[in-house]
Amino acid sequence: MGFYVSFGTVLLLLAITAPLAMAFGMGGAIAARSKILLLSWFGKGYIAIVRGVPDIAFFLFFVIALDQGIELLRHKIKCPNWPDAIRQGSDFIVCAEAKMPLGNSPQWMHETYGFFIAIFTFAIVFGAFAANVLLGAMRAVPRAQVETAESYGMTSRQTFWRIIVPQMWVYALPGLGNLWMVLIKATPLLFLLGIEDIVYWARELGATKTPQFTAYPHGDWRMWYFLTLLVFYLSFTKISEIILHSAMIRLTRGQATSGGEAQRRTAE
Amino acid sequence: MIECLDTISDYAFRSIGFGERLLPRKDFTLCQQFTLIGSGMIWNVYFGVVALLSGFILATAVALGKAARNPVIQKASEWFIFIFRGSPLFIQFFFAYFFFLSLKGQYAFFDPFTAAWLGALIVLFLNTSAYTGEIFYGALQSIPKGDIEAADAYGLSGWSRFRRVIWPTMLRLAWPAYTNEAIFLFHSTTLVFFSGFPAWGQKGDALYYASFFADKTFNPFVPYPILAFYFILLTLVIIGIMSRIAKRLYSHLPKDANRPSFRFRPQIIR
Repeated sequence: MGFYVSFGTVLLLLAITAPLAMAFGMGGAIAARSKILLLSWFGKGYIAIVRGVPDIAFFLFFVIALDQGIELLRHKIKCPNWPDAIRQGSDFIVCAEAKMPLGNSPQWMHETYGFFIAIFTFAIVFGAFAANVLLGAMRAVPRAQVETAESYGMTSRQTFWRIIVPQMWVYALPGLGNLWMVLIKATPLLFLLGIEDIVYWARELGATKTPQFTAYPHGDWRMWYFLTLLVFYLSFTKISEIILHSAMIRLTRGQATSGGEAQRRTAE
Repeated sequence: MIECLDTISDYAFRSIGFGERLLPRKDFTLCQQFTLIGSGMIWNVYFGVVALLSGFILATAVALGKAARNPVIQKASEWFIFIFRGSPLFIQFFFAYFFFLSLKGQYAFFDPFTAAWLGALIVLFLNTSAYTGEIFYGALQSIPKGDIEAADAYGLSGWSRFRRVIWPTMLRLAWPAYTNEAIFLFHSTTLVFFSGFPAWGQKGDALYYASFFADKTFNPFVPYPILAFYFILLTLVIIGIMSRIAKRLYSHLPKDANRPSFRFRPQIIR
């Protein structure tokens, strides 16, 4: 049963992460374009750092770092009079009230908390990539469009929201589509973050013996379970490809790109 | 300082089974972390280099296959590329490991395939062949028509046309993208010991040791930046080597020609 539910977990993760990462990406891109130097450095630094390092290292790093960061913050607020150091040798100790989630909370709280930490990590990492794509797309909007907007007396804010943002999608879509494919393929990394996702269940159910049960009625089926996962991902990718392709056709309509030009020709 | 030299001599080749058997247990020093994670990089470099070199040959074949007129070869290459590019490398590792494991149960011949050095290498080889094949296919499609017509005019055909005109032009066009592929192949080698393939006797790659230290010290802020440092170094080395080759590939072209230039464009997760 858990195996089937875990497919839902993956889909839920995708459904939450994608918009969140887009929001992060938009924020990063706007920050990188900002005229305020500090903000622009922040945006560019965010993009550069996340892109330069192997991704799983980031996933492993962020989950612990976020977890400890939140606990440290709660610790500072809730127990200001704590006498001991937080880092004692190789231990990380905060007071009991600052534990996140609380030590006495039920199991599902722990699982949900872990899940949201994972989502946040995904969003940070993919936000950086999305920021890069969006930044490129904003720059790709023809200069003449922006100049026209300026000559109509629009402020830079108006130009940005009314001219650049509506037009940038056609330039951003190939990159974002690629990112979506990558995001799909990144979901099995949830397993590394200690969430009971499809990889976990495929390993557990396929194995001949686990701590919970002494014997299964079948031999080692993990190979078949992983084959199922492989097929699941492949079909998901195929469906996404088809949808993205039709979205691209829809978006290029009437655009001053070679794709749009080709559409206009065939329509004539 | 002396202590650190001892650590280096103990652990520099720990990842391939030489030197001190026991990993440090407590009081982890910075030197130990640097040495062990660096030692793990041997595996990353091994996987990356071997898969890249062997994958190059298959990738050329796959790209030609996808561009072939024969529908059987074309469909086969297309499916090969789709399967390896369309599914997560992580799942591919798992599947391959359990696949080899069940083969091993029947034929003793498959014993080495369940070890990372061979099994994971095969997966990486096939995977990079698919990704590179797609890059090469794209380059093959954008070879200027004039080049091929010129080759025809010189009376070149078949193998010699491929060897002297098509193949070098394809490489020139594909090189910037191929450099990125090489970088991200190296990055994805970190997945090996996190999938099905076990690290026997704690002989693992750089990420394996980095997460070992992070687990033991509960402090991710030291080992992961060290890992990042090593990978940035590795990336710079790859870019250096690839641009040396690129210089040779472009050497006969005029300096201000509109040649493709390398831009660091991560493919990220596979």
